[in-house]
Amino acid sequence: MSSGMSSRLSVNKTYKQFIGGAFERSESGRSYPVTGAGGELLAHAVRGSRKDVRDAVAAARLAQEGWAGRTAYNRGQILYRVAEVMESRRDEFCVEVLRATDGSSEAIAAEETAAAIDRWVWYAGWADKFPTVLGGANPVAGPYFNLSVPEPVGVVGLVAPDEPPLLPLVSRLAPVIVSGNTAVVLASERCPLAAVTLAETLALSDVPAGVVNIITGHRDELVPPLAGHVAVDSLDLTGCDSEQGTAAARQAAATITRVVSASTAERQWADEAAQSPYLIDAFCETKTVWHPKGR
Amino acid sequence: MTDRSSPDREVAPVGEFTLDYAPAPESTAPVRLASQHGLYVGGEMVEPAAGRLVPTINPATGEALAEVSVADAADVDRAVAAARAAWEGGWRDLPGAERAKYLYRVARLLQERAREFAVLETMDGGKPIRESRDLDIPLAAAHFFHYAGWADKLDYAFSGRRAAPLGVAAQVIPWNFPLLMAAWKLAPALACGNTVVLKPAPTTPLTALLLAEVLRDAELPPGVVNIITGDDATGAALVSHPGVDKVAFTGSTEVGRAIGADVAGTGKRLTLELGGKAANIVFEDAALDQVTEGIVNGIYFNGGQVCCAGSRLLVQETVVDTVVGKLQRRMDTLRVGDPLDKNTDIGAINSQAQLARIAELVASGVAEGAELYTPQCVLPERGFFHPPALFTKVSTAHRIAQEEIFGPVLSVLTFRTAEEAVAKANNTPYGLSAGIWTEKGSRILWMADRMQAGVVWANTFNRFDPASPFGGYRESGHGREGGRAGLLPYVELVV
Repeated sequence: MSSGMSSRLSVNKTYKQFIGGAFERSESGRSYPVTGAGGELLAHAVRGSRKDVRDAVAAARLAQEGWAGRTAYNRGQILYRVAEVMESRRDEFCVEVLRATDGSSEAIAAEETAAAIDRWVWYAGWADKFPTVLGGANPVAGPYFNLSVPEPVGVVGLVAPDEPPLLPLVSRLAPVIVSGNTAVVLASERCPLAAVTLAETLALSDVPAGVVNIITGHRDELVPPLAGHVAVDSLDLTGCDSEQGTAAARQAAATITRVVSASTAERQWADEAAQSPYLIDAFCETKTVWHPKGR
Repeated sequence: MTDRSSPDREVAPVGEFTLDYAPAPESTAPVRLASQHGLYVGGEMVEPAAGRLVPTINPATGEALAEVSVADAADVDRAVAAARAAWEGGWRDLPGAERAKYLYRVARLLQERAREFAVLETMDGGKPIRESRDLDIPLAAAHFFHYAGWADKLDYAFSGRRAAPLGVAAQVIPWNFPLLMAAWKLAPALACGNTVVLKPAPTTPLTALLLAEVLRDAELPPGVVNIITGDDATGAALVSHPGVDKVAFTGSTEVGRAIGADVAGTGKRLTLELGGKAANIVFEDAALDQVTEGIVNGIYFNGGQVCCAGSRLLVQETVVDTVVGKLQRRMDTLRVGDPLDKNTDIGAINSQAQLARIAELVASGVAEGAELYTPQCVLPERGFFHPPALFTKVSTAHRIAQEEIFGPVLSVLTFRTAEEAVAKANNTPYGLSAGIWTEKGSRILWMADRMQAGVVWANTFNRFDPASPFGGYRESGHGREGGRAGLLPYVELVV
């Protein structure tokens, strides 16, 4: 044997989809090559199918009532644990971000990873506060108790932006699930690997199975079945281009599905504008309860 | 087709002397109605470009009250341009405290002319004068008063964010609460610094046009509010106009879908307040006499032409006979007739088309095997009227249990457990409102948590207040009107 072969051969990861708490290949058996900034092959990611999208929506639907039924304190701790687990795998995320992104550097990758971790911490703290800030007692003109509370809308379909690979995904996902929604995420088509690694940290963070489901593959195949699914209650189309987003919003209109997309300011991912309790609100319904007062 | 066999109903012998109300009609003297109406654009009444006029009908008589303009695409263009000019020309930069004072003026002027508005609302729309006088008009004024106070307090409304106006809002409103819906739309839009093109419903344009007088008298700058009457094509031209930044629509889910598709990809902000099929849920421990009043208010208020009407009555099986008996006796006392009569409980149905739709759905209920009860009441010979109706033996699959009827028609279904009540209540694509009747507090809160509905009335029904957010889950629309939540559809939040 030559000396070149005596160094240890690395064990490469198989990047799978994350559906209902399990890491699975596509039922279609398809994959697609994912290349790095220099054009080198990084991995073969799963090329998910419309059937995978439907399975993911079913898993999200199944998990939603239980997740929303957790106490706010519990959801807050689980989101905080996501940050803890990400922090412990920080180097891995840095490498994931660095090799996926054109023109990146170790410093940029480290910054993005740190910001993504901090974003989980920020939203974790909102779990037991956003209803106080967004809802409250309403002083109606009559002898009635009247209270408005934000409630999760249900299942959210989230099309993650293509780049950067990690921070935008976390910035859109955390406000969706903190209130008790479950999510079906279409990962970045060009750099989906960080999303799969994120799924692995979610699986280790006591996030219940089905709360976050991550599909990888081609957007033009995956957005239509997601946008047209009747069990999807709200859509975040931030990652769609204009044509794709318009078509998806048209589909959504058939079932009065709420459609959200990040504003230009919100797309400055490292800025204060990218995180807000009103992003939590965008995936909530306000419920108002009346009761008479009397002896 | 009429089942009169309720368990403990007393039937007066034929020929016996009965007490009845003498007619008590409200005077129409305060209303001075022009025979023809133009469009309110840029602060003045203008002729429609194509000169097309249509009559608006008093549904209680079937006779025309006046002729109103039908705005076409050119008129929409003109109105949107006027709204844009007013926005850029100063309204968006006006200090909130000044916007507030305009809105306070509008509220006061509405209060001052309340009687006139109430009578006109009843003449044009057919709702009982008792309702337009005691609910529609006072609430419309209250809505302006409430949002007036927000105009200079937007910095306190949103944590860590500043609220910026969106621009020109296109607002299309329905015929069931004409002035009130105009107030719900206009007040928050103006408070947040937007300008508006408002389109009232084809069958009820007159109070919106009278509101134009109020806006003029309040010296609201020209173009800040433009009011264009017309038909469905007018509404479609307005929401799809490229000069519009925000679309707000209240009406049917069917039209809501079309608007959603039209607005897709344009960047216009959208709020929808659509249909409903509310469950009104009665547990066996509820105070059944109060429940009876609540059910009647829930479904026969405004002749059931209410998107949040409690049209599906879910009664716990143990008390269904008692509840239905009480309800039938109460229905027998409801007075159907001249909406201008102060003793009238159920006025005219808004239009012939709506009456036909109600009649068709009632016929479907009978055909599908449900049992119909209507009190013996003499309906006026002219106009569009429908007696209060109650269906028993309804199954969840029946059309009358699934489709929004928008009329005085109640379907009674039963349940055994709270879990079953939740499942049946949520078994609809809608999610606007729900009612819960029980004396047990913990059960109210448990049920309220599980209702897929934007408004939950517990031991009451059909309460509205400008401070209280209103709007639906699922296919009942998105966005809220009322309270702080009602500001959000009209602002962009910036750091």
